[in-house]
Amino acid sequence: MGRYIIKRLLQGIPLLFFISLILFLLMLNVGDPVATMGGRRVTRRADYERLRRQLGLDQPVYLQYAYWLLGNDWTKIDLDGDGVAETTGTRRGVLRGDLGISLLNRKPVIEVIGERLPNTLILMVASELVIVIGALLVGVFSALRQYSIMDNLITAILFIGYSMPIFFVALISMFIFAVLFKRWGLPYLPTVGMFDPQAGKTTAQVLWHMVLPVLSISIISFAAYSRYIRSTMLEVMGQDYIRTAKSKGLPRSEVVFIHALKNASLPIVTVIGLDLPLLLGGAVVTERIFAWPGMGRLFLDHVDRVDMPVIMGILMLVSLAVVVFQILTDIVYAWLDPRIRYEK
Amino acid sequence: MANHILEVRDLSTRFHIAEGTVYAVNGISFHLDHGETIAVVGESGCGKSVTMLSILRLLPIPPAEIVRGQALFLGRDLFDLSEREMENLRGRDIAMVFQDPMTSLNPVLTIGRQIGETLRIHMGLEKEVIRERTIKLLEQVGIPDPIQRLNDYPHQFSGGQRQRAMIAMALACQPSILIADEPTTALDVTIQAQIVELVQRLREQMNMAVIWITHDFGVVAEIAERVLVMYAGYIVESAPVDKVYENPRHPYTMALLAALPRVDRRRSARLRSIPGAPPNLLVEPTGCPFAVRCELVTERCRVEMPPLILHGPNHQAACWIDVSTGIPF
Repeated sequence: MGRYIIKRLLQGIPLLFFISLILFLLMLNVGDPVATMGGRRVTRRADYERLRRQLGLDQPVYLQYAYWLLGNDWTKIDLDGDGVAETTGTRRGVLRGDLGISLLNRKPVIEVIGERLPNTLILMVASELVIVIGALLVGVFSALRQYSIMDNLITAILFIGYSMPIFFVALISMFIFAVLFKRWGLPYLPTVGMFDPQAGKTTAQVLWHMVLPVLSISIISFAAYSRYIRSTMLEVMGQDYIRTAKSKGLPRSEVVFIHALKNASLPIVTVIGLDLPLLLGGAVVTERIFAWPGMGRLFLDHVDRVDMPVIMGILMLVSLAVVVFQILTDIVYAWLDPRIRYEK
Repeated sequence: MANHILEVRDLSTRFHIAEGTVYAVNGISFHLDHGETIAVVGESGCGKSVTMLSILRLLPIPPAEIVRGQALFLGRDLFDLSEREMENLRGRDIAMVFQDPMTSLNPVLTIGRQIGETLRIHMGLEKEVIRERTIKLLEQVGIPDPIQRLNDYPHQFSGGQRQRAMIAMALACQPSILIADEPTTALDVTIQAQIVELVQRLREQMNMAVIWITHDFGVVAEIAERVLVMYAGYIVESAPVDKVYENPRHPYTMALLAALPRVDRRRSARLRSIPGAPPNLLVEPTGCPFAVRCELVTERCRVEMPPLILHGPNHQAACWIDVSTGIPF
């Protein structure tokens, strides 16, 4: 197993390399970061040239990529435009943990992402917990009562939930739980930000502000997972070994939650393993609507301004997470299913 | 009567599916005495397994429906028990071994756990005691190295070993009835004999009553004291085992016996098979279900189901015809 993990990690290196190459080439076509830097005023030609040179954007693509990956402190670059490279570079490159500096606010990318990542993580971990726990309960429940009135009702509700776009869920929940509740004199939920500036950033405040964003993020995945768990549970409940377990006189709870769920959880783990790393990227739409200062909003804001280092940083972080979570999924899989053994 | 450990009366089971109603079991009655072994014989799909699953209430309801009947275990009707009481009884008083050991064991739980479970649920034993008992059980069913094998998973067992483990599981609480649902069908011929022998030995040790479902008349002589022949959800003949071979009273029983290869028959003689196939169970039965395949069929057979007619002590057959003469009674 240990060797298998190491092997998989080593395989991840060339994969990440290719991902970074493709992303970098795609980024070059997003737009010109310098074009948006002057604000309302038109940038003068000379300033434009100078900025491009200072940001290293005048270099050929392969060099830009090399500097991004390996840094440029081992070579000299031309900053003043006289054609002579006399200044030693300062960038250390992604490989040495330097993701570069944001073009937008001149802060290190690591710092920019580091400020936002925890905010996204609390939101996303909470949502994923709601999704997985809720879907397990609802999925198992409706599998055990297939075609009952409750099952049909749940199915109908889930399909409605599944077919609603996130922005609609977000706006309608805002309208109901904030606007209408306030009008009716009920305790209403906040719709913007992580905390009330007057109350300060306390745990209670953040939890209170999380309710609506978590609701919006969860609904679609919750509906999808529930259906998925329902169908895998149904399949497993029809297996011979479930009949064996019943014939031994095991109580229903033990049949369902040990004999059936352990088998049914195998395909579910795969889906969760694929979904989890994407959480790091944040929820672009939800964070935007609820003004949640997370990764999704960060991404959106910086894509607008073609802030290449930050965008590359976010995308590479997500890519890395995908690779790592795939390996984690495999490990969990082997732990759940004794028939799976990884060779070498 | 007093000696009956299990008595089934007029059991009817149907399945309601999209295509209509399946008349799987149609009013059968039989009994089982303490320590007795009976064999239930018949082609595939004639209701043998459904009968047993009905008794243990293991059929999913719906689509299954037990239309009427009683299953008296020591005088108590199993169909009147609560689900909870039924759980207590399954595995402790009546245990079952299934046909396919490949799919009947849970692939993600260890053999030790799956055997020990029964002990934990029914006897409330402590972990250490369960472990020791499980090892002993595995030893009893002839699995070498039981201490090591305890932590193995089903896929690490061979087919025969899995069936042995299934038997160990069923016998863990020393049930008074063991229902063996074609336990040898999925196994190699040499392993089949071993399993038959194993069950016989354990039956004697524990003084269990056994219901052995099979479609192999060859096994029947070896194990059973009485035989029930089932066809299309009916019991068509019920007889002590020697009478079945000597003096079968139902054309279907005769046909099954004729389809058996025998040492004393000329090798060049072709094995006889029964023409046609069992009837479509989706049609409500009228008359004798075997009529369409029967060589001795009369007009009456097609319209009226014959009752079980007594031919001797414990020997009944449901046929309008005296098969020895070919003339109706």
